[in-house]
Amino acid sequence: MSKHRPDYYGRPVIKQPVWKTEIGWYFFSGGLGGAAATLALVSRLAGRRGLARRATLVSALALSASPPLLIKDLGRPKRFLYMFRVLRPTSPMSIGSWMLGAAGTAAGAAAGSDLLDVAPVAGDTARTVAGLLGPAISTYTAVLISDTSVPVWHEARRELPLVFAAGSAASAGAAVWLAAPADERGPARRLAIAGSAGELVAAHRMESALGELGEPYRRGRPRRYARAARRALAGGAALMAAGRRRPMLGRMGAGLILAGTVCERFAILRAGNMSADDPRYTVDPQRERVAGRVTS
Amino acid sequence: MARIETESWPATYDGAARERVGFFTDTSVCIGCKACEVACKEWNLLPEDGFVFTAESYDNTGALGSETWRHVAFIEQDVPLIETAGDGDDDGNPMRWLMSSDVCKHCTSAACLNVCPTGALFRTELGTVVVQDDICNGCGMCVPACPFGVIARRERDGDGRAWKCTLCYDRTKDGLTPACAAACPTESIQYGPLDELRERAAQRLQSVQQQGFAGARLYGEDPGDGVDGFGAFFLLLDEPQVYGLPPDPVDPTKRLGEMWGAAAAAGAALALGVAASLLGRRG
Repeated sequence: MSKHRPDYYGRPVIKQPVWKTEIGWYFFSGGLGGAAATLALVSRLAGRRGLARRATLVSALALSASPPLLIKDLGRPKRFLYMFRVLRPTSPMSIGSWMLGAAGTAAGAAAGSDLLDVAPVAGDTARTVAGLLGPAISTYTAVLISDTSVPVWHEARRELPLVFAAGSAASAGAAVWLAAPADERGPARRLAIAGSAGELVAAHRMESALGELGEPYRRGRPRRYARAARRALAGGAALMAAGRRRPMLGRMGAGLILAGTVCERFAILRAGNMSADDPRYTVDPQRERVAGRVTS
Repeated sequence: MARIETESWPATYDGAARERVGFFTDTSVCIGCKACEVACKEWNLLPEDGFVFTAESYDNTGALGSETWRHVAFIEQDVPLIETAGDGDDDGNPMRWLMSSDVCKHCTSAACLNVCPTGALFRTELGTVVVQDDICNGCGMCVPACPFGVIARRERDGDGRAWKCTLCYDRTKDGLTPACAAACPTESIQYGPLDELRERAAQRLQSVQQQGFAGARLYGEDPGDGVDGFGAFFLLLDEPQVYGLPPDPVDPTKRLGEMWGAAAAAGAALALGVAASLLGRRG
């Protein structure tokens, strides 16, 4: 009954996202698949066919895991085809569904062409389509969660895409490294290490830019996920760098990097829920904005 | 910064658009009877919320949700209702009781509608925002998008779809008043053409302020705000956050250009990184 109680019994102003763990895994699989598709295209252009084949296969597998994850998360899974009723430019979910549909189909076709050794021209065309869509697949999910009223996501709208891009590069590098023959996988190793370093920097940059709004990353579950991500990425990158001639270390490093990028996505997802649940994060910046307008 | 045009709905109706309608909820005369909550549930066949006692106030429903499309908030404060009057409890301590019936704002720039991938959410010929329950696939995108926490997914009986106030589309399209406004005994909930309501609200604000309600203000009547004005706006007696409302709501979609710009830059960095990884020695 305080005179100046700034909220309504501490209840949230906005609703928590309803997305379940499938979405965290989808952020991971889509990012990995997108970046691997781009790696496949670029290695094909560089004439590294072995690497291109493995990267194509990895991207096809990762992108084929994505639709089931998204469909399982729908409130009405049987209506998943309604995603393709319309194309809505104002809806990142709509644009993403169409891009994922196109990239997944293309990656699958390219992988099929490689595996069955048929239609090489069509296969390369499909690889090109998937490879060009790759960076968009890896980053649109950042737009999707930024385009909400969740403070920790919306106020990180300039920084989130780089977190997703770097994590995608790291996970694709690690996965392709695990799948590729030893004499072809140098680029995948470099991508995994650079992506991990980029992810650490990008996540730090995001949390700094958020300031007080970034508090959820320093509390409870999001904090544990973020800390696990940092340790796994740093350790994994170090192991992959050290394990150039020692495959066992490399495999451990790649595994850690994959785990680290998963943890970072869950840190982001859980931080969003925590941020939505506390009215302070919604109300305080808005009050400051209003106060700023009144005084200026 | 790129802006996405979301405000030109009358043109999309090709002459069939009608005068935009909405609510003006004058909380200064709300008596907290919850007739609006009940009428809404009856007309829209919404399940009960569970007979919950929050132990905080007479509020049983807590918040708007998939099955609560009107929500009456109760706030007790230790300040007098009118600054000059000696209002108070039996011991003469100042106190006032604020009540307000909250509802979907039917924003001019509606985040829920903008982010909906299926087109289930649409703007009616009356300018209101409605979910088509035969199209919604329950993706959940609209839920965190709404700056007011209005729309929610119904999890009961495996429904899985997003639901919110339709501003009684099935009544308003035939010229009837929405159930809540029809049931309101004090005309706290007023329904009508939005322009008319805005004029009426401005007059009402003046009169309430003259009566000594110092904190009185209109909330959501300004077409220049972050959602380009509410279709359902309010006269409040205190700051919006006291009622659980955001003080400066913004449709996040307004910054979509900024977001895609950042994504394009990050995507380009990713492509460059991949290309750079292929430089250098083989193996």
